[in-house]
Amino acid sequence: MSEAVGATATRNPWLTAAAWRALFRDRPIIPLVVLLGLLVVLFELGPSSVNLNWAGVVFRAAVPLAILAGCQTLAMLTGGIDLSVGAVASASGFLVATLVGDLGLPMAVLIALVAALVVGLVNGIGVGVFRVHPLIMTLGMSLVVLGFANVWQVQRGQTGAGTPPEFRTIGAGVFLEIIPYSLIVFVPIALAILLGLRRTGYGRLLYAIGDNPIAARLSGARAWQVLIVLYGISAVLAAIAGFVISGLSNVASVTLADSYVLPSVAAAVIGGTSILGGRGGFGGTIVGALILTVITSLLSSLGYPEAVRQVLFGAIIVAVAAAYTRVTQES
Amino acid sequence: MSAAAPTLGATSGPLDAAVAAVRRNAWTVGLLVFLAILLVFTRLIQPTYGAIGVQNLAISGIPLALAAIAQAIIVIAGGIDLSIGSMMALTSVVAAANMHNQSEEFAVLVVLGVLLLGLALGAVNGSLVVITRVPDIVVTLAMSFVWAGCALLVLKTPGGGSAQWLKDLVIGPLGNEWIPKAGVLLVVVVALIWIPVSRSRLGISLYAVGSNQLAAFRSGVSVGRTKVFSYMLGGLFSALGGLALTASTGRGTPVPGPYTLLSVAAIVLGGVSLAGGRGGVFGPLVAVVILQLLRTDMTFLRLDTNLATVAQGLILIGVVMLGSLLQFRRSRG
Repeated sequence: MSEAVGATATRNPWLTAAAWRALFRDRPIIPLVVLLGLLVVLFELGPSSVNLNWAGVVFRAAVPLAILAGCQTLAMLTGGIDLSVGAVASASGFLVATLVGDLGLPMAVLIALVAALVVGLVNGIGVGVFRVHPLIMTLGMSLVVLGFANVWQVQRGQTGAGTPPEFRTIGAGVFLEIIPYSLIVFVPIALAILLGLRRTGYGRLLYAIGDNPIAARLSGARAWQVLIVLYGISAVLAAIAGFVISGLSNVASVTLADSYVLPSVAAAVIGGTSILGGRGGFGGTIVGALILTVITSLLSSLGYPEAVRQVLFGAIIVAVAAAYTRVTQES
Repeated sequence: MSAAAPTLGATSGPLDAAVAAVRRNAWTVGLLVFLAILLVFTRLIQPTYGAIGVQNLAISGIPLALAAIAQAIIVIAGGIDLSIGSMMALTSVVAAANMHNQSEEFAVLVVLGVLLLGLALGAVNGSLVVITRVPDIVVTLAMSFVWAGCALLVLKTPGGGSAQWLKDLVIGPLGNEWIPKAGVLLVVVVALIWIPVSRSRLGISLYAVGSNQLAAFRSGVSVGRTKVFSYMLGGLFSALGGLALTASTGRGTPVPGPYTLLSVAAIVLGGVSLAGGRGGVFGPLVAVVILQLLRTDMTFLRLDTNLATVAQGLILIGVVMLGSLLQFRRSRG
């Protein structure tokens, strides 16, 4: 150990492996931003030019993914995972699209948010009170939500073409020709999550429970209350993401957001949040979501099929998770 | 097991041995009782339910049954595999694409190749889990992307074909109209692969690693090798499930079915502990029959089949809740 310290003292500290490791461990967002920059440069050299229009497209696609990845980040900080976000997001978007004609937008949105909150609270009660593994609990709830959404669809006899125009503006609209409206939804959410995790007692509780549940309990944290609130927040965020997605794609179906579930986990993992809990943050997750979106854009403009994207995403998750595990364990 | 019971105590007669056996397998016995009640209920709501219903049940249930066996073996060894559905899709399309318009003899080679492919897919999953030390859930979730993507690369849309002998192996009755070939095949596969393995040194080390890795390691079990082996067995059964899909539908579908989630539901319902080291493959098989029968009953009751999805989710959650409550009481009492 002392040998290594001597070596770092004589050489430039930025060139040693230990320094790199520390960089990845403590400030994962810096290498991530560099990676994002490299990808953008690659894009510029390759298929098309990088301009404001392209940036707008990327941001619009990244916003719902980043919100859903926010759900995963919060859940993963406590050592959990929320796989019901896809079903909740799809169902909320679908619910609004089917109700907006009869009840008007505010009421429809309110009903969808309350429904999502109920699902989230059930998730939280299952995980927090009954100690069901979060993976099983949220997978099971996603089946329940999907089933009820399908029943609702059959009863309404309508496939939900009626995405409200307000959602279309939020999902796909552009303000002053450069700023996507979805950023207006996203920025307050992102600030709330970032500040909530850094500055509030609740945020610290999430880290504490994920890092060492026994120590957290002995210091007086009531894990079950924290978890119920957490999964409630997660479901409401998923519902908001569902609104943005249905506006972005201008359709509302009961399986619309399913394809976002695994990328949302991927974005959080790439952003440096450990699935074992206690480590990570939302900043890295946002950059992770941007990286995935840029890769998707790069691949589709190069003409690769969807299949290649899936394979690549999977490989990236394993590689990045392995790298983080190595970096954090060997230090 | 039952032969050894009388030697334990002089007073224990055959009845006591039977009681002890029931108590040891209380969960499985409970499942069987539930299944019997469900069968009676099915017969009540649909008096014509009979041999044809059993045949359909076996054919539609065999892919899930094989997926559940795959999941059970991996979970017993302390892991979990969320890529089973994707592996089944990949092996199914590889089989369907290669058997299409080929001779019946060539199909034998294809089937053997697909089984080897399953072993290889499982080996990749297991090696990644062991080498990267990333949690099983993350690795297999990521690999489910990879395998599903590969399946789409093999076949873009549902297609291909199946050799006739493979279809005949799964579809139809064997002798008596009440005995479905799919059920017999399942029993044969389990008897040929799982029973010898579970009795061997490797099988016991699967349970050892699943119940306590450190203790297994200190007793000289190679933990890494055992985990890779469990994933390989899981891959093999997933490949069998993929072949069953191809055989029962006559083609390959590149989009993974709901088998990953349902396999988790089936093993939990079947008494396999998600913490590892506890359970077998018989319970999950009974659970698969129950899950399939519930779906059938829903259609008989003219309920929306989508409610079956709800029921499956609720069963999954309910059973896990019950399991953790029982464990909680056990640890207190």
